[in-house]
Amino acid sequence: MKESLGVYDYWAYDQRPKITWPGGAKVAFWVAPNIEYYELDPPLNPQRNPWPHPHPSVPGYSIRDYGNRVGHQRQMALLDKYGIRGSVSLSVALCEHHPEIIQMCRERDWEFFSHGIYNTRYTYGLSEAQERAMIRDSMETIHRHTGQACAGYLAPALSHSERTLDLFAEVGEELFGDKGGLYTCDLFHDDQPTPVSVRSGKRFISMPYSLEMNDTIVYAVNKVEPRQYATMLKRHFDRLYAEGAESGTVMCIPTHNYQVSCPHRIKAFEEALEYITGHPDVWVATGREIADYYLANYYDVALDSIAAQAATASKQG
Amino acid sequence: MALNDDYLDYPLRRHGYDHERYAWSMLSERPTVTWPEGKTLAVWINISLQFYPLNQRGKPFKVPNGMTMPYPDLRHFSLRDYGNRVGIYRVLKALTAYNITPTFAINAQLAEQTPYLVQRLKEHGGEFIAHGWNMDHLHYGGQPIEEEAELVKRSVDTLRRVTGQPVRGWLSPAKHQSFNTPDLLAENCIEYCADWVNDDMPYACETKTGCLTMMPLATEIEDQFVIGQNLHSEDSWVTQVKDAFDFLLAESREQGGRLFALNLHPWLVGQPHRIACLEEVLAHISGHPEVWQAPAGEILDAFHRAGEQA
Repeated sequence: MKESLGVYDYWAYDQRPKITWPGGAKVAFWVAPNIEYYELDPPLNPQRNPWPHPHPSVPGYSIRDYGNRVGHQRQMALLDKYGIRGSVSLSVALCEHHPEIIQMCRERDWEFFSHGIYNTRYTYGLSEAQERAMIRDSMETIHRHTGQACAGYLAPALSHSERTLDLFAEVGEELFGDKGGLYTCDLFHDDQPTPVSVRSGKRFISMPYSLEMNDTIVYAVNKVEPRQYATMLKRHFDRLYAEGAESGTVMCIPTHNYQVSCPHRIKAFEEALEYITGHPDVWVATGREIADYYLANYYDVALDSIAAQAATASKQG
Repeated sequence: MALNDDYLDYPLRRHGYDHERYAWSMLSERPTVTWPEGKTLAVWINISLQFYPLNQRGKPFKVPNGMTMPYPDLRHFSLRDYGNRVGIYRVLKALTAYNITPTFAINAQLAEQTPYLVQRLKEHGGEFIAHGWNMDHLHYGGQPIEEEAELVKRSVDTLRRVTGQPVRGWLSPAKHQSFNTPDLLAENCIEYCADWVNDDMPYACETKTGCLTMMPLATEIEDQFVIGQNLHSEDSWVTQVKDAFDFLLAESREQGGRLFALNLHPWLVGQPHRIACLEEVLAHISGHPEVWQAPAGEILDAFHRAGEQA
């Protein structure tokens, strides 16, 4: 085990080259609906139980199924209403289980990125070859069902190995060259994209995805009241919008169709979407669009800036 | 050492579900249903009457809201018992004031041991549904089928005997099941089950002996979930229930029939400082021309009739 993963360098928020998003926007805003499949009777993993009780864990399984049977359509209607194309964090087995959902997202030109095969199969305990095979399966499945070269990764159930980012970047390069394997959503260290070093040397970045604004963390872990979530989202946006005048920021709302789309919660989500998209200097984008723009315009200057700060720091040291 | 390669085998990765209990479909894609007299929103008010034994076994896990302290946990035992002695009578008054016909989910052991309570519930009017034996007799994966079969039969038979009602519905303690539970319910002539919270309408479930209907009884707006588990205030609970109702009512007007199912616990919402919150909720859901308030079994019957006409 390592003391630190060591894939990015220290890079102070107040010492960076200015980012300006397309159209002079201050905030790049994206919504990442997690569309997940949890298995009723998954195999056990020695390091993490998929369910808190003996299978079938009906309470947990059935509310997640609610997301796919009922919640997805509700959330999609709201995203349509506010002109937002989702960037789907996909349990790719959903392509087989519920292709009807995939089709609806495709009709709207949504992005799909990999969130593993099932959210009940963890990375823990996989060999490098096994994890590579799982990641490859996930990216090939997305390509087969949507034609998309998968650009992003969020490890299934946020379960990682030390090699996860390396493997995703490598498989993306093998399958799709510089069109695939571009960004990770697994790091929560920043409000702007940052370069992430992977062992292949591929141009690869971290995309701000926000655990703090993630509805499952908000509702199921932090037990926040629905209307307070709307307040939190608006405050989060207000500050990133203000700071975005100095240098562009990224705001993501990671959602789950079994959380935000429940009847007692969807109003709060809509209130936040209406507020955010009602501001003029917001670039409503997808994860890939933000990644492509950053890689084309800011990745190199970011590397220079990071290197310069490291050189200054070593002189001072 | 790495996991065996079969950890990456997915034998049930296929269209539909990774089980055979019910068919995959999205609510928005199904034929629309209209409730009797052209109503669009069916309202099911469920009152859960529960017995939490002091000598809790906690098998295979401690039931939520059960005993947590070393034996004898008198605080939780008596606070839950409060609901059956005091809280329910306050709740019944509130239901009467708003002309609600409820559904009573009652542990069979409690029903057997409190004939006066059962008599009062019958006089009030409403439907009884089975709620297992007591809150420490859970249904769970790995439970011997003979044991669970006896538990289901004893619970259903007892409740039928003491209430004189057919008892058509079932709510598992903690909404927890084994893989056999739906089959055992159908074998005991149970017509619908409230455990699976995956829809805002009833839907069909396959069993070995025929068809069972799932009638989802929403967990996330329950008093015990919002106030008891999430530790939100009672005022926030009122807001959340009203928001849920308003949303489903609006959706039912635009997209067709919906089911609003609210589960209540007299040991919690029957407290003096909370009962006015229940009254506020009942006032809010009353008086809408599109709303049809009925016991769960009547909603089930109307759902079947609508399906036959479609």
